[in-house]
Amino acid sequence: MLKKTSLNQAHRDLGARMVDFGGWDMPVVYTNQIEEHHAVRQKAGLFDVSHMGEIMISGADAFALVQKLVSKDITDMAAGKMILGVMCTEQGGIIDDLTVYKYADDKYMLVVNAGTLPADLEHIIQQSLAYKTTVVEDISDRTSKLDIQGPKAQEILQRLSDIYLAKVKRYWFREVTVDGVAITISRSGYTGEDGFELYFDNAYAVQIWNKLLEVGKDDGLIPCGLGARDTLRTECGMMLYGHDIDLDHSPLEAVYGWACSLDKNFIGKEALLQQQHQGLKRKIVGFEMLDRGIARQHYPIFFGSEQVGEVTSGTPSPTLGKNIGMGYVRSDLIEPGTELEIEIRGKRTMAKVVALPFYIPAYKR
Amino acid sequence: MSDHNIPDGIFYNKEHEWVKIDGDVATVGVSDYAQDLLTDVVFVELPQMGKVVKQFGPACVVESVKSVSDVYAPIGGTVSEVNTALESAPEQVNNDPYGSGWMFKLTGINSSETANLMNAQQYKEFIAKQAH
Repeated sequence: MLKKTSLNQAHRDLGARMVDFGGWDMPVVYTNQIEEHHAVRQKAGLFDVSHMGEIMISGADAFALVQKLVSKDITDMAAGKMILGVMCTEQGGIIDDLTVYKYADDKYMLVVNAGTLPADLEHIIQQSLAYKTTVVEDISDRTSKLDIQGPKAQEILQRLSDIYLAKVKRYWFREVTVDGVAITISRSGYTGEDGFELYFDNAYAVQIWNKLLEVGKDDGLIPCGLGARDTLRTECGMMLYGHDIDLDHSPLEAVYGWACSLDKNFIGKEALLQQQHQGLKRKIVGFEMLDRGIARQHYPIFFGSEQVGEVTSGTPSPTLGKNIGMGYVRSDLIEPGTELEIEIRGKRTMAKVVALPFYIPAYKR
Repeated sequence: MSDHNIPDGIFYNKEHEWVKIDGDVATVGVSDYAQDLLTDVVFVELPQMGKVVKQFGPACVVESVKSVSDVYAPIGGTVSEVNTALESAPEQVNNDPYGSGWMFKLTGINSSETANLMNAQQYKEFIAKQAH
């Protein structure tokens, strides 16, 4: 039995094509995936990502626990700030990538992937046993999450908000009232465009979803499925758990080196220091196809006659009009311009390493 | 799901390909139902000319943004022509699946194999069941 978000019927009423995504019945596309992609780049798109997990960590030792779990140093993190990081095993494999929201010194929210939530919880609870006063609470089942993304996102959300949104900077969050509902909003997302992530009680999911679509309609806001979410994030070189990152790959081999504060103590740090000392054997790269064809997950990558890696993500890029992808390759082959061959259905196809991201996010330009 | 265009006069298989028989030449494509399921077709890997395919055997590949799908030959034969226009305009599979979205032609066919296929009415009933 697939799990459903509070908006399941709303998606069906909109004619969405539903798929099993990590055990959840989720909309992959409403009308046209490429149009949904362009809507986010040019105007605005609304995503139901309520399948994602939210874990509250509170109590006197909340800081110490989060600091131990998450790769990034949170010592200087202010209340109202969020960060992106990873949780590792002692061996340096990635348990999950996640965002951390700091409400107060004794209260944090971790936002994790849907598929990894059970493993994340098990790991977090195990680690929390050392901190008697710390409470770990999984609020995923009662929390809805909507992402409104695109250059028009702020203008649309502003019409329903009780605070001046321009004051909320990238990777900061606020507890606000949207259409009369208490919502935590952060200026963040997974698309490479400006936008917000909204967290609130399931009871208001249909209300907020409909209201946003209504007030955003004239600005071109449309509902967008997980298909568009995937092409948007791939263009920005953002990692997807189970594709680009997993227990067998370390954050240093992925693009998460910057998110690892190797000068503080966290689980997996020793393994990562050792990896860094010994030198990485493989590293993730972006590539674009020179020949026709689309590289997909698990397709082998060759340099000459030797297999040097494997594709982790690949898609046509609607924004760039090229076929792009990512994959792990031998670490001497990561220089942009390096020509590699990708085997597509038994046929060698030329590709070229290019710098990530393929598309520079709007907020970094 | 009942609003798909399923024209008469051609045959369909359970994998949602269609075949039109003109004398000793068969033209193959995917049905309107299939193109709707596939969503935006972005790439068609056409079969090699001269390739010999068996009835219901894999003949070529069609890719949407999200997925890779085999296209099966509704009847056996030898590939005698491929729709190279799809290399630059794969979206024709979505826009006109029975017309400019055709994929390949077969010669050396055995038209008695159409007995294993569905006519339009049977195929409509088949996809109506699939939808449930």
